[in-house]
Amino acid sequence: MTAVDLPAPRRSSLDVVLKVRELGIVIALAVLVAVTTISNPRFLSGQSIRDILLGTAILAVLAVGQAVVVITRNIDLSVGSVLGLSAFTVGTLLQNSPRLPVIVVLVVGAAVGAVCGVVNGALVRFGNVPALVVTLGTLYVVRGITYFWAGGSQINADELPSGFLDFGNATVLGIPYLVLLAILVLVVTGVVLRNYRTGRELYAMGSSPQAARLAGIPVGRRTIGAFVVSGALAGLAGVLFAARFGTIDAAAGTGYELNVVAAVVVGGVAVFGGSGTVWGAALGALLLTTIASSLAVLEINQFWQQAIVGGLILLAIGADRLVAVRVAAGLKKRGSHVS
Amino acid sequence: MSAELTEVRAARFLNWNVAIIALTVIVLIVAAATVDSFGTSQNFGFLVLDLLPIALVALPMTLVIVTGEIDLSVASTLGLSSAVMGYLWNANQPIESIIPLCLLLGAVLGAVNGLFVTVLGLPSLAVTIGTLALYRGLAFVVLGDSAVADFPAVYTDWVTGTIGGTSIPDVLIIIVVLAVVFGVVLHATPIGRAVFAVGAGEQAARFAGVRPGRLKFWLYVASGLISGLAGVLWTLRYSSARADNGAGLELAVVAAVLLGGVSIFGGKGALPGVIAGVVLLGSLQNALRLSDVSNEALNVVTGVLLIVSVLAPNLARSVLQRRRT
Amino acid sequence: MSQRKNLAVLAVVALTLAACGGTTKSSTEGQNTAAPETSAGKADPNAPLKEGLKIAYLPKQLNNPYTDVEVGGGKVAVGEIKGEYKLVGPNDASASSQVSYINTLIQQQQNVIVVAANDPNAVCPSLNQARKAGIKVVTFDSDASKTCRDAFINQATTQGIGESLVKMASELAGGSGEIAILSATPNATNQNSWIKVMQTELAKPENAKLKLVKIAYGNDDDQKSFTEAQGLLQSYPNLKVIVSPTTVGIAAASRYVSASSYKGKVAITGLGLPNQMRQYVKDGTVKKFALWNPADIGYLAAYAGAAMSSGQITGAQGEKFKAGKLGEYTIGADGEIVLGPPTEFTAANIDQFNF
Repeated sequence: MTAVDLPAPRRSSLDVVLKVRELGIVIALAVLVAVTTISNPRFLSGQSIRDILLGTAILAVLAVGQAVVVITRNIDLSVGSVLGLSAFTVGTLLQNSPRLPVIVVLVVGAAVGAVCGVVNGALVRFGNVPALVVTLGTLYVVRGITYFWAGGSQINADELPSGFLDFGNATVLGIPYLVLLAILVLVVTGVVLRNYRTGRELYAMGSSPQAARLAGIPVGRRTIGAFVVSGALAGLAGVLFAARFGTIDAAAGTGYELNVVAAVVVGGVAVFGGSGTVWGAALGALLLTTIASSLAVLEINQFWQQAIVGGLILLAIGADRLVAVRVAAGLKKRGSHVS
Repeated sequence: MSAELTEVRAARFLNWNVAIIALTVIVLIVAAATVDSFGTSQNFGFLVLDLLPIALVALPMTLVIVTGEIDLSVASTLGLSSAVMGYLWNANQPIESIIPLCLLLGAVLGAVNGLFVTVLGLPSLAVTIGTLALYRGLAFVVLGDSAVADFPAVYTDWVTGTIGGTSIPDVLIIIVVLAVVFGVVLHATPIGRAVFAVGAGEQAARFAGVRPGRLKFWLYVASGLISGLAGVLWTLRYSSARADNGAGLELAVVAAVLLGGVSIFGGKGALPGVIAGVVLLGSLQNALRLSDVSNEALNVVTGVLLIVSVLAPNLARSVLQRRRT
Repeated sequence: MSQRKNLAVLAVVALTLAACGGTTKSSTEGQNTAAPETSAGKADPNAPLKEGLKIAYLPKQLNNPYTDVEVGGGKVAVGEIKGEYKLVGPNDASASSQVSYINTLIQQQQNVIVVAANDPNAVCPSLNQARKAGIKVVTFDSDASKTCRDAFINQATTQGIGESLVKMASELAGGSGEIAILSATPNATNQNSWIKVMQTELAKPENAKLKLVKIAYGNDDDQKSFTEAQGLLQSYPNLKVIVSPTTVGIAAASRYVSASSYKGKVAITGLGLPNQMRQYVKDGTVKKFALWNPADIGYLAAYAGAAMSSGQITGAQGEKFKAGKLGEYTIGADGEIVLGPPTEFTAANIDQFNF
């Protein structure tokens, strides 16, 4: 597919493609919002926008982590289970010591996720086991552990300290904390991937692992790093989940992995690594959440939702493929002119 | 690839095959000896019925994975087949035409996967995650959240019944026949050799006169067809057509296939090992459940087995290499 | 090529068969409903309750707080009659996984299976296999087909629940305005029968000013219910009351409203668990809601199963049995045993309940 470790002209044309790609999602979003709003103007009310943004925040944090892993030509299917484990951990923690500051809770959640990420990464690197297999396995295992631990118990909103629940609902200048946190995660990851050596190395690994190794990139370490980032963000998302929903049981986040992968793929991150941005992934998350929300408002049968998500994935990868073929053809032409 | 290397590879995968079969036999013996009523003929019937969908879908899945692709949409195909079956039954169609139509539907759904993967050249992982959502979504569109029951007793009784006066479940015939067919195709025909060749390297296979695209397309059709069949049998077994039938089954199938020694990278694998993998997973779950081990433990066991099945041969190899050097 | 031809042949065969007619739904109607022969025998009201009965509970799914309370009551009752209590179940509310558990319970030779069916038909063949093996089957919470169980513990009459839901909604709406229902799944047997009663009640002249604008389905999934509540409030700006006849839905809707700008404008009511709802009753989001005591359901089921397994009753209409602290019960038509009227919870009495 697309390669990044090539001379400058390629990179710039790739950037254009990506911009077009993200523009496509923005246009789709705009059309969707316009149609829904015409049918029901309350769709654009402050409360409604806040609800969509809150829903997006959790999915976007997961999608950013997933994008980092997918860019390195791996995949992390365990994120839903990790989210559940983290949410239950912080819920239990807060039950026992309600006075903990929110920042500590966030760190604990991220740490739980990071540990899962280390396990995934280490198995991929040292065990030589493909990421798909490893994370499919840890999907089962982590969920099983959570069930074991939780038994039948559920943590209800009234057992959580109000300070923590306020964090889930409070806003700064009308923007919820959770959304700000998601934006922070997005910007930091986006900048690191784009402007820092480590970030570019991840793209190189995804384009061609062999070439990356030959170029002296510590592929093994970076792989583990990518899984730790994805795990930590899934853990963080678990805290956001707990704060937003207030009710946590062992099944929290079941099946999320599908939505996350969908958001990433719809957002233009190539499944075989090496291209795509976290901005796109976040936009994908926003689009999916908005679709779910507008189906309810448009009173379209909720059963269509999953089918639409599936159709979007196929559309997105199909479109990416066509663009990639065009770009490759264009480059070939230009290359022949030069030589 | 040198001949010697091929031989080493053949030896290794044979070893894993033997290992997994041996492990399965041991588990069966231990379970029969220690778990009350594991060895009864009635429990054998339950076990076979519980294994049925995974065993069927694992057969084409093995071939698909050996070519280096994957099909995650199988459980959703099963669900859509079941939903359509319920819908048509409600619409007063005769069951004798519903069943072939559902098989045909499965084949068409598989063909859609195949077209995306071969004609458009898209990664099968992404395509089938997409169709996983799409087909399941369509199943809900067709049947909503309702369940259709009251399928004719002749059919439902056959699926849950046994052969004559024996305690051999009827559906075992289907499993055995299809397993033999897929086994022969994979291990004793040019098609099987082409499957391995494509998995080992598409370029090389093409030079050897194989058309990878066409081959993969038909494998996806087979995968869809068998998933459609599994949907029909599932519906008849529970005499209940529901859109959520078989949800999540794809993971169990992939787990069983990989446990059976098939390489996720393609090019390696054998059907006897896969069958052993299916039986191992199923009988472990059955035995643990009979011993009142919780559901959660089953999850953990499945996950660990899956990772270990790939990890163990890798570790063994690296240990061997270290010793040799 | 040849495969393609095969498929075509298959399709033609299918269509031909369709034309000639075959086994269809209408041609088999009535054939499958025959109840299997069970060892009914004669009831002996004076038979003593057997000790050491193995009573297994199979709820819709484990890890559900409401279910935990129900089976908790069962555990107490099984202890009282000196039986062996067992709890098994799937983590997902699917019918197929319940079948595997029923099969396991048959192998383990339980005396009584107390089950809440995820699908009234899918569990039937297995339950009948269990009954053939001499196991008594009592359903609770969600009934299986009448032909495959011995008794059903009904939490309250359908009529009673439907009426009480409409009464609460009417009081909260002040007698007029728009109301909406947030139910479980679209095919949930209980919820649908209550909704039907509600609709009949709403059609009566005294409720003419109440307008049911929408029935939404939260699938008994916390998040889905949350999103659906959100959607209801966006779509119907004049909504006065959300009635949620399911514990998951009412908690999710209350949580959403209590933290949104709709708080105080929209009332929530329905069927809920006091422990889950306490916070929202105290912060004023919820004025009143109702429920029977779920622990009593599991408790009554244990006694009914034990009485049946001891030969005191067979499940026929009119038979009586004693259920420990709950007193005497009479079996109604179709083997139904009704627990009693639901309790209404308000800020004044909620602290007296802990479940």
